[in-house]
Parts: sequence; structure tokens; C-alpha cells
Amino acid sequence: MPQVAVPIEVPPYQLSGVVYATLLNHRSAWQELGEAVNHPPYDAPPKAPVLYVKPRNTLAASGDPVPVPAGVTELELEASLGLVIGRPACRLEEARALEYLAGYLIVNDVSIPHRPYYRPSIRARARDGFCPVGPRVVPRAAIANPDDLAIRVFIDGKLRQQTGTSQLVRSIRRLLADVTDFMTLSPGDILAVGAAAPAPRVRAGQQARIEIDGIGQLESPFVQGPA
Amino acid sequence: MKVARVACAGAIHAAEPHPLPDGRAGVRLTDGRLLAEDAVVWLPPVEARTIIALGLNYAERAKELAFSAQAEPLVFLKGPGTLIGHRGVTRRPAEVKFMHYECELAVVIGLTARGVSRDAALAHVAGYCIANDYAIRDYLENWYRPNLRVKNRDGATVLGPWLVDATAIADPGKLGLRTYVNGKLTQQGHTSDMITDVPGLIEYLSSFMTLSAGDVILTGTPEGATNVEVGDEVVCEIDGLGRLQNTIVGDKLFGR
Repeated sequence: MPQVAVPIEVPPYQLSGVVYATLLNHRSAWQELGEAVNHPPYDAPPKAPVLYVKPRNTLAASGDPVPVPAGVTELELEASLGLVIGRPACRLEEARALEYLAGYLIVNDVSIPHRPYYRPSIRARARDGFCPVGPRVVPRAAIANPDDLAIRVFIDGKLRQQTGTSQLVRSIRRLLADVTDFMTLSPGDILAVGAAAPAPRVRAGQQARIEIDGIGQLESPFVQGPA
Repeated sequence: MKVARVACAGAIHAAEPHPLPDGRAGVRLTDGRLLAEDAVVWLPPVEARTIIALGLNYAERAKELAFSAQAEPLVFLKGPGTLIGHRGVTRRPAEVKFMHYECELAVVIGLTARGVSRDAALAHVAGYCIANDYAIRDYLENWYRPNLRVKNRDGATVLGPWLVDATAIADPGKLGLRTYVNGKLTQQGHTSDMITDVPGLIEYLSSFMTLSAGDVILTGTPEGATNVEVGDEVVCEIDGLGRLQNTIVGDKLFGR
């Protein structure tokens, strides 16, 4: 397993290696899908948060190269704020949800472009190195309002996406309450709150940088990898 | 060799099956204590890392759900918070109409595997256990199926009772599976009916991701998954791996 060396000032001192990511939690993601949400294969918009798991083999630190699988031209890069859980979070009340966080970091949820979102193959999102996180965990107290953080994505130094957490469909508190109604989040778990669409695309040989105000910068060089 | 993880008298121990003096089944802790099965708290036998699960990996089950031929195995991922051990309880929300068990062969990886051929696959297995991977179909939605509210619920994946060493299972493709609800046989299948067998799954998965020691593959369930109600005792059984017991409980226990 790639070791994730993430300095952290408050407990937990170590990430658990469990990463959940939220899809379609950004208004732009809905705008991109448009009327398609009401037609097959979806038939209706989702009621519960749309979540998936980024397994441990995907974890990488800032600066680690992300392998672009042989035969794949471009990858999608979903830049998200990541919540780092500080204490067991089960059935949280919206009003007090933030109290369960240790802090925040940046999650770069990399995937091979895939549609539809009905039952995608995990080959699209579960590749080695496909989830850089970092650059460090910023303590919760250092961020006054996580629902209003600007996010910028640069590819080879050029600004390619400018967005922010103010455009989330479920606010961070609401998301934590809905997720922990049926699954407990444990200390060191990461919950990525959702990225804007369309996702910027990168190729092998390019360098991605994600910036979130108050959190820092997450750098990922994309390199040619094996199949 | 069969090894369980149990909690007893303030600590967590490894335990092996051992008959009690009166002939009943019991466990022996590594420190020598001999205890009845119900005198210990059973934990999942492995501290699982990545949990990989298969949907529709038995031909008859796929037919039951009207699925046609697969281009590749239907795989999804789960978090460790879903796991509980033998003799635990699983909550059935009062509002749901269809919650069912799924008796599955669980494969625990023992060696790092990347780009492994099917011929070399089983050498990467540490052992096997039984999984009962509950689903609540009321919550099924058409986004990233099966969505986590259906398949990633607290305490809804029972794992155990033991980790059975791979050397004790000559061929994971020759095991009968059975589920009993309140003593009545409700599900019966055989691992030889898997669409993608255990070596094939390790070959497929390791072709695009690194498998590591402690990763667990839940290999899918045969036909016969039926609804369970509060109070039901569900026992999943697999040849050579033992019997995995679980009880369905209601919201009240959780203050809901």
C-alpha cells in the first residue's frame, strides 16, 4: 500500500485509509446531467447521497505520480474538499455535525471517464494511485466556514476550473447527517463532499494542482503507467 | 487451522475451536482458557482493509434478477464499518419491506497481488470465511448500484466465525453453501456455479488494482435470498468453514 504521509496537528494522527466520495453533490453536476436524471437508466434523481468507496490501493500523497493506465488517453480529475473524521460519527444532528470532524484536506478523485453512472465498473475509479489526498490535514478550528471555500484546478499551471463548496447541493452538515444515518464514519475516515462538473481532464506528462482556500495545494504529476 | 477473534474478560484474543468437557462445541483461547461459544463476543476474524464484493456471480441468481450475460464481473466496494462477527445482531428498519441475507464465500488475501494469472491466484489467499452480506432492496437507486444505503449499512455484513487457513480448503470451487432461517433451509448453492470463480476473480481484480494482505473478496450469493423479519435467526453455512449465526433486530434496540 502506498503510505500516506499526512502531517496532522490534532487527532486522529493517522488516517484510517477509508475514503468515501460523494457524487452529484455539486449543482454543476446536476446541470451537466440535465433532464437525463429522469430517464433510463436512472429514471429518477437519487434520494440518498450518492456515495462510493475509494479503496486503499488508490491512496497517494501530494507529489506522488498518478499512473495513467496503458490504453487510456485521458483521466478525469474531481477536485473535492475532504472531511477528516475526528470521532465516531453516527446519526449526527445537522446542527452539531461539524463537531465530529478532525479537519479538512484536499481529495483528488481520479477516474477513467465513464458514463452512465448506473453501475460503473470499479475499473474506472479503483486504480492504484487514483486518490491523491493532502497536502496535510488542516484542523477544523482553522476553517471558519467549510461551506464557503474556493477551489481551483490548474493543469500545467493553467487555471482549468474555478468553483467552491458554496455550490454543494447538500451542505457539509446535511451530508454528514444523511450519511451517518446508515453508516458510521470512524476517526481517520475521509468523506469527499463532491466535485464540480465538467471534470477537468489530464493526460500522461501533465501536472495537476488543486488549491482550496485555507487548506493548501495538492500536486499530482500524471505519468504513463501499466495496464 | 481455524482461528477466530473473540473478546473475553476485557481483552481481544485469538481462539480455536475446541470441544468442552461435556462434549458441546466451545473455543480455546491462546492462553488456554476453554469457553462456551456463547461466553465470548465474536469479532470479524480479520481486520479487513479493502472489502470487495461481487454482484450476480451465480448463474441462477443472475437469472432470478433477470440479468443477461456479463461483459465483466459486477464489483462494488464496501467500508469496514459494515462488518460484525458471529452471533451478532443486524438492524432491520421498521419502514422496509424487503431485507435479505446473502450467504457468500469470503476470500481473505494473504499476499500482495498485481497482474496475477489464474494459475497463480490461490497462492495469494490467506484463508476463507463465511459472509452474510445483507441488502435492503427498498433503498435501491439507479446511481452507482448497488448504492451504499442498500449494501454498506452498519452491522449488515456478518463475517466469520473463523478464518480458515487456505491450506485446509483444497478447492474453493467445490463448496456447498446453505442458509437457514429459524432452522428452515431457504438458500442452497454451490461455489462451482460461480460465473467467475475465485482464481478468476483474483486474476480480474489484480489486472487493474493491487490486492493486499487483509483485503477481503465477497464472492457473491446463489439464488434463494428471501426476506427476513425482526426476531429471525439466520445461519449461513459453507462446507469446511462452519456456521455463521446472526439475529435480526428492530429499531427499538437502537433507540429509533
